[in-house]
Amino acid sequence: MLRITNLSKRYKTGDDALKGVSLEVPDGQVLGLIGPSGAGKSTLIRCVNRLVEPTTGTIDLNGAQLQRLGSRKLRKARRRIGMIFQEYALVERLTVMENVLSGRLGYVGFWASWFRKFPQDDINEAFRLLERVGLDHMVNKRADELSGGQRQRVGIARALIQNPELLLVDEPTASLDPKTSRQIMRLICELCEERNLSAIVNIHDVALAQLFVQRIVGLQDGKIVFDGPPDSLDSAVLTQIYGEEDWEATTIDDTQTDKHSLELSGE
Amino acid sequence: MAGKHVWQRRTTTRQLLIWFGWLLLVAIFVACWMYISNRTEWFFVYDAPRIAGDIFSRATPPRWSYIEKLWEPLWDTLNVATIGTALSLIFAIPVAFLAAKNTTPSVTFVRPIALFLIVSSRSINSLIWALLLVAIIGPGILAGTIAIALRSIGFCAKLLYEAIEEINTTQVEAISATGARQSQVISYGILPQIMPALAGITVFRWDINIRESTVLGLVGAGGIGLQLQSSLNILAWPQVALILLVIFIAVIVSEWISAMVRKAII
Repeated sequence: MLRITNLSKRYKTGDDALKGVSLEVPDGQVLGLIGPSGAGKSTLIRCVNRLVEPTTGTIDLNGAQLQRLGSRKLRKARRRIGMIFQEYALVERLTVMENVLSGRLGYVGFWASWFRKFPQDDINEAFRLLERVGLDHMVNKRADELSGGQRQRVGIARALIQNPELLLVDEPTASLDPKTSRQIMRLICELCEERNLSAIVNIHDVALAQLFVQRIVGLQDGKIVFDGPPDSLDSAVLTQIYGEEDWEATTIDDTQTDKHSLELSGE
Repeated sequence: MAGKHVWQRRTTTRQLLIWFGWLLLVAIFVACWMYISNRTEWFFVYDAPRIAGDIFSRATPPRWSYIEKLWEPLWDTLNVATIGTALSLIFAIPVAFLAAKNTTPSVTFVRPIALFLIVSSRSINSLIWALLLVAIIGPGILAGTIAIALRSIGFCAKLLYEAIEEINTTQVEAISATGARQSQVISYGILPQIMPALAGITVFRWDINIRESTVLGLVGAGGIGLQLQSSLNILAWPQVALILLVIFIAVIVSEWISAMVRKAII
């Protein structure tokens, strides 16, 4: 269970990115975080694993107060938090296998990682995960030879080999085509379900979020302005989050056909 | 005038200023030319083509048999350049990490020291380093090797720290986010990104060092330059011609090798 209380972040430039955000994510829940650019979505998830240092507030992950940890304990805590990035953030000149195994760096010593001597269990798990995401035939390809969708699958495998308690997902589909976007979102949600893993997914595409996540939180100017199930999103709520616009074509409401047919068409 | 828009790239004052700037540059050039011209013995210069022709006729054909005495100094020259480059990298890589804004442990204390090391190494030519080192540790190829290494540290470290500052930070973030320790973030997140730059810088500097080490013998620091100097001293022009030819070929070969290596790595 992740419990964020009264979290604020002020950047050195004086911008208040977050203004007292409180949020609880129970185990196994996939939460979609929507909101306009600059609302603080990225800052929020980066504060959880402290790639960005929060200014005030508390972050409690299964009893550990993340905001208090010193650098050694923070490293230990980060091992249990997987992260997936918008531009995949793979190390381009390393192979698929090396990228996946880098998710285990927190558990192996420097020289073992330098000589790529990872424990056999980690290697087995890496092969298993690559098979699960459908890339078992690309183990020794360099990351920069892969397509966008394939790279994101490697990114997912790297996050999951950490055996995380929480997944932070930053715009996973923003650089992908619509079909690949759906496949990637479906994969992330399936894996979360298999492992009873909770996740916070920043996402631009409102309809895509509605299709896959169990709960939607709307962030606007550093504050939470909406928190509810996906089907309660309507034009009024979207106007509240993003501002005035014609929202008819964006959301999937009850007048449309059932979600399953849409989900299938993405395959 | 209706509907006709006048557009100028610069305002008139700005245009005048730029013209004035150019005028000033030309004036300075002419003044310098006159200064040099007044202090030149033109008598010797008028003579130059004839003297050059004379030296050329004395220098041809090169004394081919002299090559036997050049193999060893040539080998020394190659070694000075290669070992000097390798030695410089051992110091240049840590210095580059200390100098790069995104990896230095302290921007206010450590970075200035690293930058100072880089500047002091770069500001002194390897010939001058060699001159100092011959005085300190005596003549020979050791002095030459260290001179090459000292001069190359700054060069390699500067180019490398610029490469480090240009890396993609999200790849580094991703490695940090897994809970990796700092040394692993460097070896997995940063090192793979700067490898092409490092390889390119190394062969580029090696290539330069081959050329520089050919003249180090002039100050007694070993290599083929030693033969060049003694041949010049006794006015043995056919030998000088052969040495210059050998240096020329060595440099071409080294450039070819470095081009091949760069192509293979990048």
